[in-house]
Amino acid sequence: MATPLKRVRGLGTAHHGTETFWRQRLTAVANVPLVVFLILAIVTHIGASYGDVHAFLARPLVTLAFAALILSAAIHMRIGLKEIIEDYVHGGAKIVAILLATFFAIGIGLASLLAIVKISLGS
Amino acid sequence: MGNAKLGAERPLSPHLSIYRPMLTMMMSIAHRISGAANAVGFLLLVWWLLAIASGPEAYAEVSSFFAGIPGRLLLFLFSWSLIHHMLGGIRHLIWDTGRGLDKVSIEIFAWATIIGSTVLTVLVWIAGYWLRGA
Repeated sequence: MATPLKRVRGLGTAHHGTETFWRQRLTAVANVPLVVFLILAIVTHIGASYGDVHAFLARPLVTLAFAALILSAAIHMRIGLKEIIEDYVHGGAKIVAILLATFFAIGIGLASLLAIVKISLGS
Repeated sequence: MGNAKLGAERPLSPHLSIYRPMLTMMMSIAHRISGAANAVGFLLLVWWLLAIASGPEAYAEVSSFFAGIPGRLLLFLFSWSLIHHMLGGIRHLIWDTGRGLDKVSIEIFAWATIIGSTVLTVLVWIAGYWLRGA
C-alpha cells in the first residue's frame, strides 16, 4: 500500500521532526542530577591533594557519573549551540559556526571521556 | 539554502526592536546566555580532568589556579550559570507538559529562577567550604 510517506522520505522531516526536540529534553532531564553531582564534586574538591582527587574520580560510580554527564552534556550542548546559531547567524557563516560548535562539543566530550577513562583505569 | 536574500525580506520574528524589555523576555535571553556560558565553562572541567589524567605536576598547576581568586571566581560563575540554566530548563520542562503558561505563572517562574539560582549557588559554596572545613 502506497502512502504519502513514501514521497516525503528523505526530503523532509518524515517522522524525524521531533527527534532533536526529544533528545534535548532527554539530555536535559539526565543533566539535572548529573550537574548537581558535578557542582558538589567541584566545590568539595577545590584545593584537594592529587591523591584524593584521583582516588575520588577513580571510584566506579563516580567515573560512571562523570562519563554519563560528559556524554549527556556534549549532546545537549551541540543541540543548544546549533539552535542559537541558527537564530542569529545566517548564510555561509552559519554553516561554519555550526561546524565549529559541533567540533567543540565532540572535542569536549572526547577529551573528558579519555581523561576519566585513564583516571579510572589508573595511571 | 540559496534563499538567503529571499528569506531576509520576510518579516522575521521576534521583533525585538518594538518590544519594551520584559522580565520573561530577559529570562529567555539569560537562558541562552547561560547555556552558551556552560559550554565555555566545560573547558574548565576538561582542563581539570586532563590535568588529573596527566599526573601530579599538571594537577598542581591547575589546582593552584583554581585555588586563587580568579579561579574561584570562574568556578563560582560557572556553577551559577549551570544552576541558572538548570532551573530555567526545569521551567521549560514544566511548560512542555502544558502547565504554567499563564501570565502569573511565567512571572513566578522568572523570579524563582533568578532568586533560586543565586540562593542555591551561594548555599552550595557555603556547604562545600563547610564540608571541607576550610
